[in-house]
Amino acid sequence: MDILQQTHGISGDLTERTEELDSLEFDDIQHFLMSRPPARAARYEFLSFKSGSDGRAWLTGLIDKVGTASAVGSSLLDARWVTVGFTWNGLQTLGVAEASLATFPEEFRQGMAARAGVLGTTGANHPEHWMGGLASPNLHGIVVLFARDVAERERCRREHERYVAQCGGVEVLSSLDLEAIPPFDYAHEHFGYQDRLSQPIIEGTGVEPTPGSGPPIKPGEFFLGYPDEEGPAARLPQPEILSRNGSYVAYLRIEEHVGAFRDFLRAHGETPEQQELIAAKLMGRWRSGAPLVLAPDKDDPKLGADSQRTNDFNYAKIDPYGYGCPLGAHIRRMNPRDTAVNMNRRKMIRRGGTYGPPLPEELPDDGIERGIAAFVGCASLVRQFEFAMNVWANDPNFHELGNERDPIFGTQDGTFDMTIPKRPIRKKIKGLPAFTTVRGGAYFFLPGIKALRYLASLSDGL
Amino acid sequence: MATAATATPSTPTKRDWTKPQAMAIPKEGYFQLEKGRYGPVYPQTPACYGFTLIAKIKPGREDAIRAYGKTIEKAIADLPDALEALKLHYLRWVLFDIGKDIYFMYQGIFDTDFDKYTEDAVALFTELGVNTTFENLEGFPEDWKTNAPAFAKFVREHQCPSFLEYGEYPYATADEIKKALKLKAAFSDMLDLMQ
Repeated sequence: MDILQQTHGISGDLTERTEELDSLEFDDIQHFLMSRPPARAARYEFLSFKSGSDGRAWLTGLIDKVGTASAVGSSLLDARWVTVGFTWNGLQTLGVAEASLATFPEEFRQGMAARAGVLGTTGANHPEHWMGGLASPNLHGIVVLFARDVAERERCRREHERYVAQCGGVEVLSSLDLEAIPPFDYAHEHFGYQDRLSQPIIEGTGVEPTPGSGPPIKPGEFFLGYPDEEGPAARLPQPEILSRNGSYVAYLRIEEHVGAFRDFLRAHGETPEQQELIAAKLMGRWRSGAPLVLAPDKDDPKLGADSQRTNDFNYAKIDPYGYGCPLGAHIRRMNPRDTAVNMNRRKMIRRGGTYGPPLPEELPDDGIERGIAAFVGCASLVRQFEFAMNVWANDPNFHELGNERDPIFGTQDGTFDMTIPKRPIRKKIKGLPAFTTVRGGAYFFLPGIKALRYLASLSDGL
Repeated sequence: MATAATATPSTPTKRDWTKPQAMAIPKEGYFQLEKGRYGPVYPQTPACYGFTLIAKIKPGREDAIRAYGKTIEKAIADLPDALEALKLHYLRWVLFDIGKDIYFMYQGIFDTDFDKYTEDAVALFTELGVNTTFENLEGFPEDWKTNAPAFAKFVREHQCPSFLEYGEYPYATADEIKKALKLKAAFSDMLDLMQ
């Protein structure tokens, strides 16, 4: 028996299928991708461990605070929800054996900063400009706190600060505070667009997808160890106790240049209605959330707010040439629906929120950084997240457009265009400015609870 | 860290289809190393994108491989758009001898770098039954259906890049060509109706 089998119980055959379970292990899966807690505030802390024992000691004291999928949502009294994740370098520092590390996917090992070329985060979005130590090889872990409100977030922040000081050997490379921006009755971001209108539903959670959202997706597309849309779980990183019930997330801190965005709308629309239309053409939905495919000429806020209708549309049949929703608009890139194949293998779960104070309509940009800091969750970063960035968001030839990237979140440098199909003559905006800048990003693995205990129990030198 | 090309994913430039063009390509198969999700990305040429895979076949499998000609012929007859996701112009499958060994050559010309559609190709091949053609090749990964990186690795290891490519109507995509042909046919009908 080789040393790995002795000490870690690693099975020799990586192609062995794992035993299929009929139901999701809600008490072992972290809550993060399973459900959204009713949080109005959040804080992300990016951590570095001076040594394996320092990291393991910190983790040991935190495990019981990590929210599981079964715990979150079950009690209305909950005020805060905790998630932890690690980079490949973090797993290495914690003491995961080299042979085990080698079974993790290549793109996760490299880390998001090294994948900048693949993702298209070049130019102003390049990792050399990233903040907060996110591009550093010393980024080992993240702790995500969702809190019911700012007061609770601050209470937890102080508690964690005391805990870190007590642990010693844990450095907070940087942190980010998040808060929902008013009005609070619907989720939206700094440009004013309603968000979270299209989400995949996981099979086995008992939640019904809204019309147009497609069928529930097999859990293996988001959680390791379960059947996915291709078949039984396969090629789990080893040992299984470490990977089972885990997920990968791609983190992105995206600054939103609200002043530049509003200037652009004013430059391309004389009246408020024309400005709203331009905003809609970039996104694919009016800011109210109403999809252009169903409301091509006039906004329809009731439609936008109606979850049973707002996602119920397709492209190939209703809007093949993009007269409603332009071919290169953001939502059409991020979810091509019936114009792409294998769509069930390209789903991702988004989490995150806004940071920075809202900018009142009447004020010019104040230079304060504001934006969204989001996580994209999946079981395969290369197949799901990287595909979306490489083939949909930043490919200038998406839909054979020739010289266009995602107008809102693509890497824009003033040389790319945006075509808005129109009868009789289409409108082509040349040289789109950058409305966003990627300020940082990283790949994290979110282990299951048993995996967290396994990590905390490792020792150095194996 | 690999040296990335000036812009990745691929930056298009103005493409002139009006005159035939030829392009000489360096030995590695690219001018500047550009990394895709699974490995280097090979450049677009006047003959669009493509690859030439050459692999030795397992002994005794020649007839099995040849039989796939009929399998694919029938698959496309039943479903002409089956290979749409691959954005193919042309495919050529060849078996040839080198000494006592038999080699399989798979040449494809398509409109998108293979790196982008590796997983879709794997899914498509499984659906069409092309999988077993590959399984007759030496060194082909047995777990390829759930191991897209291994499949991509096999393709790259057996890829023989061109050193010259020529296009009569350079860079024109299959979609553009089909649109042009449809327009011509429609215009021709319109002229007839005007009589």
